[in-house]
Amino acid sequence: MPSMTMIQALNSALADKLADDADVLIFGEDVGYFGGVFRVTAGLQERFGLQRCFDAPIAESGIIATAIGMGAYGLRPVPEIQFADYILPAYDQLVSEAARLRYRSSGEFTAPITVRSPYGGGIFGGQTHSQSPEAIFAHITGLKTVIPSTPYDAKGLLIAAIEDDDPVIFLEPKRLYNGPFDGRPDQQVPGWHGHPAAEVPEGLYRIPLGKAATVREGEAATVLAYGTMVHVALSAIEECGIDAELIDLRSIVPLDIDAIVASVQKTGRCVILHEASRFGGFGGELSALVQERCFYHLEAPVERVCGWDTPYPHAFEWDYFPGPARLIKALRRVTGEA
Amino acid sequence: MRSRYKYAVSNAPVLRPNRLPLRLHIPEPVARPGEAAHFGNLALAEAGAVARPDIDTVEADVRHLPYTLIRVLDDDGHAVGPWAPGLDAEQLIAGLAAMLRTRIFDDRLFRAHRQGKTSFYMKCTGEEAIAVAQSMALGRNDMCFPTYRMLGWLMARDYPLDALVNQIFSNAADPLAGRQLPILYSARDYGFYSLSGNLGSRFGHAVGWAMASAYRGDEGIALGMVGDGTTAEGDFHEALTFAAVYRAPVILCVTNNQWAISSFTGIAGAETATFAAKALAYGIPGLRVDGNDFLAVWAATQWAAERARANLGSTLIEFVTYRVAGHSTSDDPTQYRPKDEADHWPLGDPVDRLKAHLIAIGVWDEERHAALTKQLDDEVKAAVKAAEAVGTLGASKPPVGEMFECVFKDADWRIDEQRTELGL
Ligand SMILES: Cc1ncc(C[n+]2csc(CCOP(=O)(O)OP(=O)(O)O)c2C)c(N)n1
Ligand SMILES: [Mg+2]
Repeated sequence: MPSMTMIQALNSALADKLADDADVLIFGEDVGYFGGVFRVTAGLQERFGLQRCFDAPIAESGIIATAIGMGAYGLRPVPEIQFADYILPAYDQLVSEAARLRYRSSGEFTAPITVRSPYGGGIFGGQTHSQSPEAIFAHITGLKTVIPSTPYDAKGLLIAAIEDDDPVIFLEPKRLYNGPFDGRPDQQVPGWHGHPAAEVPEGLYRIPLGKAATVREGEAATVLAYGTMVHVALSAIEECGIDAELIDLRSIVPLDIDAIVASVQKTGRCVILHEASRFGGFGGELSALVQERCFYHLEAPVERVCGWDTPYPHAFEWDYFPGPARLIKALRRVTGEA
Repeated sequence: MRSRYKYAVSNAPVLRPNRLPLRLHIPEPVARPGEAAHFGNLALAEAGAVARPDIDTVEADVRHLPYTLIRVLDDDGHAVGPWAPGLDAEQLIAGLAAMLRTRIFDDRLFRAHRQGKTSFYMKCTGEEAIAVAQSMALGRNDMCFPTYRMLGWLMARDYPLDALVNQIFSNAADPLAGRQLPILYSARDYGFYSLSGNLGSRFGHAVGWAMASAYRGDEGIALGMVGDGTTAEGDFHEALTFAAVYRAPVILCVTNNQWAISSFTGIAGAETATFAAKALAYGIPGLRVDGNDFLAVWAATQWAAERARANLGSTLIEFVTYRVAGHSTSDDPTQYRPKDEADHWPLGDPVDRLKAHLIAIGVWDEERHAALTKQLDDEVKAAVKAAEAVGTLGASKPPVGEMFECVFKDADWRIDEQRTELGL
């Protein structure tokens, strides 16, 4: 089986879908001839033709609006928004149009689009190349939000997203594009090569949306994470030696509530880790669900470890980033080892 | 089969003979790597060829301007025609110095990125005339809503070089306290509005600023800038609507440097219409100007400024130029455009052209040019040295507590608690 980086796995998913389905097409800023600023669409225009993968004007609202129109017609467009920070001009199209087209037309028109966008920090991108906007999509009924953490998952989830009949926001952790960064900026990041989840099959396969993965089994506490934070969590758990169970949600809408409940009922403790700011973040929803469904199993308050409630600060990237040290502190608190 | 419709929508047969099926058009540039570069599609005009209308000319009488090219400097370095702004030697030399300082600074700080001293840099090589001439043509009470390629605005106003470098290094002396990406400056006292990474989102601020000045009966006007690629954003068009509706005293500008990262201007709609022609639909004058011609930039900016100051409303100006360097430190332009494309650019280099003009009018020579270059190089070197003494990226940074400042005027409990959690 070939070993792939996350970029290569995403590229492979796109290529396989372009080959499989003439209704799939890709467009976005710089995705055509150049192959995207992160090279995820590299070679696709050359291989599949101008009309299957092409450059879009710098108009995010226009990109999503035209994708919705194409989707309503019957295509399966996979638009790219160059950075998740720049998805905001398209927010109204996503919230008021993509998310509601099926509902308001009673299924006459739908928007089977997959919006790919790199998100997250750790690349010294400052406040407009680092944000994690998943919560503002999770809040919108009618949108699905998927966030892979490995090359294998990235390919399988992207294929499932493209084949899904509803609009999917597909957020790609850009810090993981080339290797499983674990939140330790002072250490060399190993590449994906050699990582078990970098073994990616050629050809189509799917990972169903809404199925979490148990990355590590444990008894002492449950850590809920997705995207970049999965690797941060694993590294933190290994460092502190607390026997925590790590669940990679993979998709936050739909959410694998059964996996969450089963794990927290087993461990009785829960720490939620995400890079986005804490207040109003997706961790709040997770915390509420755990409290509602696992209250009598809980032995400690649910903790959230998140980015601070500030914009993403350029010079203070590693003070802002919720790295292993902060997770370890939280794990010690919930397990009473503090 | 019975139609679902009560009345037939159309009697036309679905497929007519001799009609081809619909076809999706995707624009492509003249040349990609390995192909022969040329700018044959670029409409030019001779220097001095375009008449300069009075500022109160009605818009209906200037509708040809978006499709010609206002130029002042001819190939021999002479300033010709009605747009020649009649600047004195001192102003011209100051302009040349600011352009050169910009270029030298760009080159040195771009190298600093390669040496790991900063996380990011963007150059404006080849585009220096635009920001420098505009900065000099406008007044201290006017506000520029810049793009990231307008370092020249600050250079023309003698913004301290070491403060720029400190910002780029995000060090302890960074005037923006480490919060912002390198080169996204903010310099209110220099008429330079806060930059952001988001494209186009300040174009409307320029209009609002101008409306506020008009509302208060003040004298200042505003200038907004976007790149060619950014004209596709809704923000660009909405700003133009507001500017036209309220006759806002604002100059709205497009720097058409032929590229938006890897996308050529056709992706922004330039296959058939110029960017200046966007003005036509909004009913405001649109000028298309040689952006590598310091004098033409000055003259066009001044014309639009006079209109704005006379309550005649806004003007859209397209500056035609060429992005000589890569998009940023993250970019390698040979991946998507011919390596030698810059050699085919027909409008020359703005520094060389202004220098040739100064020599032609007898106030400049190679010796003085070399001395000026050396002096500016020393100034930039000294500024970089001073900033390095404070520290480069990571080696020095503002106090971590700065991360929590300026979120609000007064921090609420969340920020207070998080500051404590971080041990501050
Ligand atoms: C809203 C938004 N979308 C996308 C980007 C990513 N981006 C940064 S610069 C750029 C190209 C801009 O081209 P242009 O407007 O022509 O300006 P130039 O860089 O050529 O000066 C793009 C797409 C962004 N910064 N903001
Ligand atoms: Mg451009």
